[in-house]
Amino acid sequence: MSNSEIFIAFYTILRREIRRFTRIWPQTLLPPAITMSLYFAIFGNLIGSRIGQMGGFSYMQYIVPGLIMMSVITNSYSNVSSSFFSAKFQHSIQELLVSPTPNWVILVGYVLGGVARGLFVGGIVTILSLFFTHLHLQNLFLTIAVVCLTAIMFSLGGFVNAIYARNFDDVSIVPTFILTPLTYLGGVFYSIDLLPSFWQHVSLLNPVLYMVNAFRYGILGVSDINVYMALVIVGIFIVVLFTFGLHLLNKGKGIRS
Amino acid sequence: MTYAIEISDLKKRYEGGFEALKGISLNVEKGDFFALLGPNGAGKSTTIGILCSLVNKTSGKVSIFGADIDKDFAKAKQYLGVVPQEFNFNVFETVFNVVVTQAGFYGISNRVAEERAEKYLKQLDLWDKRNDQSRMLSGGMKRRLMIARALVHEPEVLILDEPTAGVDIELRRSMWEFIKNLNEQGTTIILTTHYLEEAEQLCRNIAIINSGQIVENTSVKALLKTLNQETFILDLDQSVSDDWHVDGYTTKLSKDLSTIEVEVIKGQSINHIFKALDEIGVNVISMRNKSNRLEELFVKLIKG
Repeated sequence: MSNSEIFIAFYTILRREIRRFTRIWPQTLLPPAITMSLYFAIFGNLIGSRIGQMGGFSYMQYIVPGLIMMSVITNSYSNVSSSFFSAKFQHSIQELLVSPTPNWVILVGYVLGGVARGLFVGGIVTILSLFFTHLHLQNLFLTIAVVCLTAIMFSLGGFVNAIYARNFDDVSIVPTFILTPLTYLGGVFYSIDLLPSFWQHVSLLNPVLYMVNAFRYGILGVSDINVYMALVIVGIFIVVLFTFGLHLLNKGKGIRS
Repeated sequence: MTYAIEISDLKKRYEGGFEALKGISLNVEKGDFFALLGPNGAGKSTTIGILCSLVNKTSGKVSIFGADIDKDFAKAKQYLGVVPQEFNFNVFETVFNVVVTQAGFYGISNRVAEERAEKYLKQLDLWDKRNDQSRMLSGGMKRRLMIARALVHEPEVLILDEPTAGVDIELRRSMWEFIKNLNEQGTTIILTTHYLEEAEQLCRNIAIINSGQIVENTSVKALLKTLNQETFILDLDQSVSDDWHVDGYTTKLSKDLSTIEVEVIKGQSINHIFKALDEIGVNVISMRNKSNRLEELFVKLIKG
């Protein structure tokens, strides 16, 4: 395929992915908007007003970056895992497999579809947060870089999950039993300075902690960790997951007999 | 000579050890209307799956218009359009989008894709349904949608895997007319079907596959010439006696004694039967084959 044909194939996948999550918006866009509004109202306003300051900011301001990041992580992951698994389940993935679209384009197309949903939902949650507090960006470039890289990383994770999934339970196991605990324990609601020393060290093994803190640093200018270390960690995860995902596609794991 | 499809010593062993293909070789000429026949589990779908990259081969070589599917997969895939046995489109997409999206996967611009989608959906009587979700279509419409989708990149070879399974007779006939027209315009057609009568009527060449091996690969005409025996059914205007027979022929009478089944061996004339009936004043109202000839051969070949 020529470069322009490859671009058309990529754009077709991306457009289809965006069309999918916007068509089923009551399942994809509305729930995170409602959930995050409740978080802002209950944890930020009601409980947060009694907690006082954290890291030099009001509790509401402190949790907003984490909650935005939580939405981005969850939505980018679940978009790719559910979309790719559905395509496998109803065999419509064969439409792509019989076509000359290279495997790396299939992977990039699905991943950027997940990134699009992650950023779209992140944008909605950011707008909603402005009804509860005010935000000022400390470092625009870092904020955008972290949120995009995180969305890419979790989209890749969702892709690998979908490749291995054999039924719908397999698609929900990772988000429920791995992703959610990692996110809740990843410094969304608290600074790890509040934890005993042992648990602070354990927390440093959680990759989500780095992303949440780097994003918080971009917005508020405070972080529990070295933000450049966070970028390196996300970068390594992206390279590893992309290589692994492409290897699985080339092998035809779960999609070719 | 460059063949449309060249398959050489193709083998497939699935995980678990089942050997679906035991080294098949066959060539399909450009412009051919080719039938790949075989009982269930013979290896037809595996062969087609390998051709269109849905199944990984264990060994062997496959080329499509000279493009090796291992070395030049993108070019090989451009030549191929596939209508699979099972519905495999996104059921929540509209009919129009299913076709246009498929064109995009082949690098076709949106403008051209929409023009072609309109052309093929109109030709296949689906244009009125273009804005319906594809899950709302009837079984026959879904089959036609898969044909439109397979044609949108205007392939040189169209593979149809049991395309008329579960389709009513009228629709089946119109689908065959459409595919016959495509073949006349130069598209190479490869089909698998259980309707052997249609393979006999439509196809020029044929390969019969059984237990992962090609047991016959020749022209339909040449194959039919090998028939040694045919059974004819004669409907009579009146009954004959229950011991009626003609020496040298195997005959079987119906219960009401007004229909005769006659086995005619190659080289034998059926005129003796007509003469014997004429002598007792019985007329033949109609005559037909008991079953289609290809079916008899098929059964003979797969039983070895």
